[in-house]
Amino acid sequence: MPRLKIDENLPVVHVSDRSTLENLTGSWRTMAPRLRPEKCTGCMLCWKYCPDACIEMIDGRPVIDMDHCKGCGICVAECPPKCLIMVEEGAR
Amino acid sequence: MRKVLMGNHAATLGAVLARAQVVAAYPITPATQVVELIAEMEAKGEFSGRFMRIESEHSAMAALLGAASAGARCFTATSSQGLAYMHELLHWVSGARLPIVMVDVNRALAAPWNLWTDQTDSLSQRDTGWIQLYCATNQEVLDTVLQAYKIAERVQLPAMVVLDGFTLSHVYEPVDVPTQEQADAFLPPWDAPRRLDPAAPAGFGAMEGPKGYMRLRKRLALDMERAEDETERAGAEFGREFGRDYGVIETYRTADADTVLLTSGAVGSTAKQAVDELREAGRKAGVVRVRLFRPFPAKTLRRVLRQGQKVAVVDRNYSQGQQGIFCEELKAAMYGLPERPEIYGYVAGLGGGDITVELLKEIWLETDSGKASALEPAWMEDPR
Ligand code: SF4
Ligand code: SF4
Repeated sequence: MPRLKIDENLPVVHVSDRSTLENLTGSWRTMAPRLRPEKCTGCMLCWKYCPDACIEMIDGRPVIDMDHCKGCGICVAECPPKCLIMVEEGAR
Repeated sequence: MRKVLMGNHAATLGAVLARAQVVAAYPITPATQVVELIAEMEAKGEFSGRFMRIESEHSAMAALLGAASAGARCFTATSSQGLAYMHELLHWVSGARLPIVMVDVNRALAAPWNLWTDQTDSLSQRDTGWIQLYCATNQEVLDTVLQAYKIAERVQLPAMVVLDGFTLSHVYEPVDVPTQEQADAFLPPWDAPRRLDPAAPAGFGAMEGPKGYMRLRKRLALDMERAEDETERAGAEFGREFGRDYGVIETYRTADADTVLLTSGAVGSTAKQAVDELREAGRKAGVVRVRLFRPFPAKTLRRVLRQGQKVAVVDRNYSQGQQGIFCEELKAAMYGLPERPEIYGYVAGLGGGDITVELLKEIWLETDSGKASALEPAWMEDPR
């Protein structure tokens, strides 16, 4: 019979020693944010609003970790000078 | 018009065709698309109601409590943690006797995180005074949203329309979408018997002593009981309008069945396939799919299931410290009858595991052979 195996090996909780960085949420993306750095004021709003915390400010400019960016477009919507734009995934 | 729709969008179209006037919602996987499409339709001018983006599920239901008190036909959709977060307001809405319709897309509750289908989220809300209807196809989702308004408004109680996460919510099926005229002919506008109205100020939900509270609860209980017949009635009226009949349960090849699989949701349609295969092998198998869970359709089930029959209840849910929830409810409904079927409980597919045709056949065969335990549920898992 296809019974669930019930023995002392049933786990109580599953505590993981793996980093969530291994979860490459970038593969979910169909659109990608692209920075046009000329107009960027370094205000950090994109950094603050990114729900995936995948934007790092380096030398006052946002650098997006594309392995984890889900392509939600929130940074683009929040950028005051509109220097972040959404492009088709794979576009140059 | 026939369209190919995911279950979530079938739910949306049901609400739009019902002319929901206020929709307040907060997104959650796998229910987000239900309200996302309403927002999109509102932006395009295809939805004349008001769509409100709200900061949480608790607040979304609170917003609808207000809108429905003012007499609006209201709609929302959620799932799992979001439904759990609404819990307090669910009691408020039923106590205020407001016929709000909500779609819940079944998803397992954390911890640990799990996105897949499991009925414990909606069944955890079974004591909140909401009518609950479980669907097996995307067509049924659309049709049930329309019927839910009719039932809810006739008994002045809120109704939850439940569909399986991903198995229905994200799977595309052909769906016959009624025209607005057809929907209007089936569902008249909601004329609320009481309204929050600045021109005629009044208080709602104020303090009641034990005597008053007890009487209000009994009236709610009577109206909830009435919802079993009202569900049959709305299902028959729907059949006359659209040619698709619905009842509180669906039976399949049960008339001469020795052993019956009793289940709910999309598993109900998988079970039909299992029964067809068992019948081909000469076994007398049948299915009862429970569509209405609250009120529990005890009257109908007592009529359909009989002494000498064995019933294998397949629950994709679990009440910790008890058993599968449909199983415990069925046992309670049958207890005390001089003649009743034998009832056996199976728990399967928690957290979204597949409940396959093969698994259902194994369950049927074990029950039919008399080897199942009537005292405790068997936990099943498809080994593949
Ligand atoms: S698109 Fe979304 S996930 Fe990607 S960087 Fe912008 S805010 Fe973050
Ligand atoms: S929000 Fe726009 S302007 Fe501000 S730091 Fe980000 S990219 Fe630059």
